[in-house]
Amino acid sequence: MATPVMEKSDQAPEPGFADSPYITVTFRVRRFNPEVAAEATWEDFQLEIDPKERVLDALHKIKWELDGSLTFRRSCAHGICGSDAMRINGKNRLACKTLIKDVSPEKPITVEAIKGLTVLKDLVVDMEPFFQAYRDVMPFLITKDTNEPTRERLQTAEDRERFDDTTKCILCAACTSSCPVFWNDGQYFGPAAIVNAHRFIFDSRDEAGEQRLEILNDRDGVWRCRTTFNCTDACPRGIEVTKAIAEVKRALITRRF
Amino acid sequence: MSTTESPATGIGPVEGASQYTVDNPAPLIEAPRARTKKTPKSTRGNFEMVAWLFMRLSGVVLVVLVLGHLLIQLVLDGGVSKIGFAFVAGRWASPFWQVWDLLMLWLAMLHGANGLRTIINDYAERPNTRLWLKGLLYTATVFTILLGTLVIFTFDPNIR
Repeated sequence: MATPVMEKSDQAPEPGFADSPYITVTFRVRRFNPEVAAEATWEDFQLEIDPKERVLDALHKIKWELDGSLTFRRSCAHGICGSDAMRINGKNRLACKTLIKDVSPEKPITVEAIKGLTVLKDLVVDMEPFFQAYRDVMPFLITKDTNEPTRERLQTAEDRERFDDTTKCILCAACTSSCPVFWNDGQYFGPAAIVNAHRFIFDSRDEAGEQRLEILNDRDGVWRCRTTFNCTDACPRGIEVTKAIAEVKRALITRRF
Repeated sequence: MSTTESPATGIGPVEGASQYTVDNPAPLIEAPRARTKKTPKSTRGNFEMVAWLFMRLSGVVLVVLVLGHLLIQLVLDGGVSKIGFAFVAGRWASPFWQVWDLLMLWLAMLHGANGLRTIINDYAERPNTRLWLKGLLYTATVFTILLGTLVIFTFDPNIR
């Protein structure tokens, strides 16, 4: 019944279908240039573009063909470097992993910088507070044995599985800049820092879990999490961020009692 | 931006002509919120953890206490119309209801106050606003708890 067969070509193709896959899409971009105006403004760009292209391709088209002054970050353009996190239609996503057809192109698509971090120009923000929180949780292997290791540090597949989810983080800041607690004063460690602490706290080879837990026991540590799940929704790698935060909370509590 | 010379093609109206040069650089953008090596000061102690745990545990106990309270006061035995001085005096003659009401008063007040404290922390942006709101909150909490406790322990049914 469901055998795939070639479509008979005797029916005429629908008009307009064969000639072009392009549709007209409006991109409403939040522009900001501190050297010209103190306030950010919205600017509309109309593009003829294939809806199966990504938002990043549209931004490239704008920058290369319409307005060379549009500023945004992107490096690998394939969802690994984490440079092009931005707020598309009000949700934090990677522009290079978002297809235009998935963000309702019949309406204007809004593109703006991620929230909670200082905008430097257009879609570029100052990531320093984000990386400071990341550095604060000591995201590197720490062992009590200070000698140079003579062989590989082995661990079982189950031990590796324990923190597998949080190894996927690409530090794009989509989670931290979607967190309402972070938006307030930026002092909260933020989901990304906690995810990267989780990656080492639950690593059987690491021996500084206690120190990291102590850091996250801070006033602006895990206890400021309100479990709004914005971070889990925003993560382009599908990390269960809120779950990781909850596991750190549980580790803090069970460690004491 | 209404200069007589037309802007170069490919440059949008947002860009325009810069009013700053190398000798007259644009002012540095002050970060509205910064997390530097010195801020926030690390806080030792487990206060936040204890507060977080207290919210969960007191919440569970309060479900029983408050729903039981509402059931007794408003539904059973003729509902709200039975409540009067005599009804309250009768209940507080028993230590069981004294303990119930005292526990409910303390847990509900501390639970609510801690919840408001986190809301103030989350929403108040200026340190001064925070200070004043929290001061008001703590004053009201302490006043209500002390007054309620005083009444429960010194209640005299023969007052006239």
